[in-house]
Amino acid sequence: MKHLLSTKDLSRDEAVQILDLAEDMAQAGTREVKKLPALRGRTVVNLFFEDSTRTKISFEAAAKRLSADVINFTAKGSSVSKGESLKDTAQTLAAIGADGVVIRHHSSGAPRVLAQSGWIDAGVVNAGDGTHEHPTQGLLDAFTMRKRLHGDASRGRALDGVTVTIVGDILHSRVARSNVWLLETLGAEVTLVAPATLLPVGVDTWPVAVGYDLDAAVAAKPDVLMMLRIQSERMNAAFFPTAREYSRQWGFDDERLARLPAASLVMHPGPMNRGLEISSGAADSARSTIIEQVANGVSIRMAVLYLLLAGGAA
Amino acid sequence: MTARSVLQQDDITRALTRISHEILESSRGASDLVLLGIPTRGVILAERIAATLNGIEAGSAVAGSLDVTMYRDDLAKNPTRVSAPTQIPDGGIDGKTVVLVDDVLYSGRTIRAALDAINDIGRPKAVRLAVLVDRGHRELPIRADFVGKNLPSSADERINVRLTEIDGADEVTIE
Repeated sequence: MKHLLSTKDLSRDEAVQILDLAEDMAQAGTREVKKLPALRGRTVVNLFFEDSTRTKISFEAAAKRLSADVINFTAKGSSVSKGESLKDTAQTLAAIGADGVVIRHHSSGAPRVLAQSGWIDAGVVNAGDGTHEHPTQGLLDAFTMRKRLHGDASRGRALDGVTVTIVGDILHSRVARSNVWLLETLGAEVTLVAPATLLPVGVDTWPVAVGYDLDAAVAAKPDVLMMLRIQSERMNAAFFPTAREYSRQWGFDDERLARLPAASLVMHPGPMNRGLEISSGAADSARSTIIEQVANGVSIRMAVLYLLLAGGAA
Repeated sequence: MTARSVLQQDDITRALTRISHEILESSRGASDLVLLGIPTRGVILAERIAATLNGIEAGSAVAGSLDVTMYRDDLAKNPTRVSAPTQIPDGGIDGKTVVLVDDVLYSGRTIRAALDAINDIGRPKAVRLAVLVDRGHRELPIRADFVGKNLPSSADERINVRLTEIDGADEVTIE
């Protein structure tokens, strides 16, 4: 594996391998010295053209735990705001000697352009591109599910037969896309629930079931309920009448939490709009994995960076 | 090239029993022995030695595993290696006598990596090394404290250690 651009590219074996490797990385995180020397002397550049807190610090922590040198690059306050192109930025990074580039970009497909352009000979990790994909988020979600559902017997296993319901703004969500492809590869059964205006054209070709009613989805007792953020920065058209109406129909509130089976997981990729798509009661309940997801993110990103950057020529 | 058998099941069992006695003797029957096997086959050997030790003196040893993949000095020269689980027994290794266990001692680079890994986990009282086969050709100033069998070999020969738990039979062959 040279790049990680999409979970669609991952085979089942590759995906399980990343999850298993993340188990070892998580184990190293419990030790007195949390650092591993695997990427000593390598340089990882965090190239963020779009705002992010948790993904950026997560990748930074992951690279540092593997002893890589990290250079953070944010578009704000850089030459990008003076109009520098992706090509020139990439060539600058190549000249600095970057071995790996973690890129977040507002345009779908930007990481693939960077990986295939020949401008830079570095491993490229997609950290979220437009409304396309966010593969490490999909991986950490799968890791979190596997750990909660299978416990210590997780290693080597996929998610066969696990029912996952993803609720909310599917249309704009790269997290949903990465999850759909990965969960399908791992054998889980995915249901999407959203207002019809927030489902993409062509969703009927995805390997998922589609519903419009959250109460029916809760009544179906899914193993995992994943709430997505309502992305107010992308709500540039009238997708639903008011936030209150959305919250009443598709928000996961305390009353719906009470109807969900006690063993079901409640997930959210963050950042949350408390009171809109998820209530505080649901977000802070014992069934919620939201904080675990953040912690597991570091382990998954360590596994990915290790797989992409540690080895030499085959 | 044809494979020649150098150790059979009985030989392996006898070697591990002798190593167990030597470990007990050198540590004066201490009760704070931690045997850490290096994956994959070292882990099995560590468990067998621990079982033998506890048969001689109950409660004298615990076994675990120590993965050294992330500490190897040849990571960048080879295709990516996948790690194996590290399992440190409850109680950790601080102040304990750690016995590293591996199947074959060759260049010594794996043991060098293991020493670095131990350094990140804790501070044992002492670290010893037990191997089933020492085939020579050391590239670092490392030697084993307990050796099952010294097996002078040429660098182009291959030593295969097969253990029942993984390979269905106990045998060491050279080819």
